[in-house]
Amino acid sequence: MSTLPLTDGAAAATRILTKLRHDPAGIALTLGAPVVLVLVFGFVFGPAIAVPGSGDYREYLVPGLFVVIAFNPIPSMVSMARDAGRGSVDRFRSLPISRAAIPFGQAAATAVYGVLCLLLMALCGLAVGWRIHTGIGPALGALGILVAVQFAATWIGMYLGLVIGREDTASQLAVLVFPFAMLSNIFVPTAGMPAWLRTLADWNPFSTFSAAVRTLLGNPTAPTNGALPLEYPVLGSLAWAAVLLLVFVPLCTVRYARTER
Amino acid sequence: MTHDPVVSVEGLVKAYGSVHALDGLDLEIAAGTVCAVLGPNGAGKTTAIRVLSTLVTPDAGRARVLGHDVVEQPGEVRRSIGLAGQHAAVDDDLTGRENLQILGRMLHLGRRGARARATELLDRFDLAEAADRLVKTWSGGMRRRLDLVASFVVVRPVLLLDEPTTGLDPRSRTEIWATVRELVAGGTTVLLTTQYLEEADHLADQVVIVDRGRSVATGSPADLKATVGVRIDVEVEDVAAAARALGALAGSEPEVDPDRRRVSAATLDGALTLPAVVRHLDAAGVVVRDVALRRPTLDEVFLQLTGAAA
Ligand SMILES: Nc1ncnc2c1ncn2[C@@H]1O[C@H](COP(=O)(O)OP(=O)(O)OP(=O)(O)O)[C@@H](O)[C@H]1O
Ligand SMILES: [Mg+2]
Repeated sequence: MSTLPLTDGAAAATRILTKLRHDPAGIALTLGAPVVLVLVFGFVFGPAIAVPGSGDYREYLVPGLFVVIAFNPIPSMVSMARDAGRGSVDRFRSLPISRAAIPFGQAAATAVYGVLCLLLMALCGLAVGWRIHTGIGPALGALGILVAVQFAATWIGMYLGLVIGREDTASQLAVLVFPFAMLSNIFVPTAGMPAWLRTLADWNPFSTFSAAVRTLLGNPTAPTNGALPLEYPVLGSLAWAAVLLLVFVPLCTVRYARTER
Repeated sequence: MTHDPVVSVEGLVKAYGSVHALDGLDLEIAAGTVCAVLGPNGAGKTTAIRVLSTLVTPDAGRARVLGHDVVEQPGEVRRSIGLAGQHAAVDDDLTGRENLQILGRMLHLGRRGARARATELLDRFDLAEAADRLVKTWSGGMRRRLDLVASFVVVRPVLLLDEPTTGLDPRSRTEIWATVRELVAGGTTVLLTTQYLEEADHLADQVVIVDRGRSVATGSPADLKATVGVRIDVEVEDVAAAARALGALAGSEPEVDPDRRRVSAATLDGALTLPAVVRHLDAAGVVVRDVALRRPTLDEVFLQLTGAAA
């Protein structure tokens, strides 16, 4: 093992960030979907959707879209599947470096990129009338939760990418994330759903994260229907992020560093 | 220089389910030489390279690089090898220069050291012109060359190359060969795999022919040629007469393709020349449209060595 895992991780991070710099179209695509959603939901469906406490629908929607952007394992999954399918993972594994430092470096780089995307999303939100109604402290808290959620999603994605090992298969799985996000309180409050579906939606981590961000920013929240994670959304979000990280960081690191049997 | 082999492989076994990718492979490579592992698809070439580069644990047998066991001392092995795998490991969505710089930083050359090394390598291997374009805009040959160069950003004593020229045009292939020779001249020991007899012939000091995970023949290219000989291909008017004449000359039963009017025969006579073949056929009254002497294909060698088509 190398004595310089930080150097190795920094080089791995540079690799990811340099790739992103060459790919402004990729950033546009990452943001494209939420911006379209702001327009479609905010202005087409929005007027017909009742927000609890007669709040503004776009104020309700934008925090949910932050979560859609943050909790997205797809980019890191596709990029890791690509590295594994081609020779990159093999080459890095054959070098006298800390193997575990590579996924850490990549996750750190993805977090930097994620914050950039969140800031751009915030600008779109401001443009359509979304506002922060609390102070700088809670707003930073919301950012912190989003970054933690994003970090967890990156590790889930990298692990799945390693397991899948093929870029084309990984890309095909991308369509699964959106329905999962739809089945939550992100776009509409869950109160109108059939009871069994509502329970699922209320316990969906997407709902917990959105509720936490709404609470911290003073935006309208949906009724909790008594679901525990929604009663304590901030704690619930931290718990979700912690559990996901505790599971996927070791899984991914061990898988990356292993010698195949 | 020591006489211990730089790479030694003894009875290596690796099974995937019921498939024996390696089934008792033996191999020894002396310092500063090129060993070509020659075999058809599925012979176990990649698996052998992956064991030697500490990517896969073997089920049985031993593999050592500079005396370090790949299973027990993987760190030492990794410090001794450079790897260019079968699938290109360079990033298409980076420039050539960025690819090499990032590897240099991972190999602890430092920011400035990595930059200088990248420039040096790009210049020396004729990639400077394209260096600052994204690799996805490069030709296949240039990409493969970059991948090869990436395996010696830090020069190691042993280089492992898995099919470095497969799919390349003749010119790109020649360029890769020149690079390998240059490295060997600098003292590097090279293990490369290939499906081309010609490549083994051009580059290798020692050729190991593998089939179904084990070596079926080992020797210098000259030994190998003496074993497999050369083939005479002719295209004629009268295939029957040509088959009789060639059979007598080659000392083997020729294969006849009456539709394309071709006759082909194997001979062990390594000294046979093209004019001698033409004179012989002429003397036998055979009208020759086309004639060639060539190395047998891998398929034909396998037929000869193992009695089974590759
Ligand atoms: N990870 C794996 N899982 C299952 N089977 C495998 C795996 N790796 C290799 N094999 C099998 O082992 C055998 C040898 O494969 P290997 O890739 O070493 O051959 P090769 O000589 O490199 O072939 P090629 O010329 O096609 O690259 C093949 O039958 C292959 O299908
Ligand atoms: Mg192979």
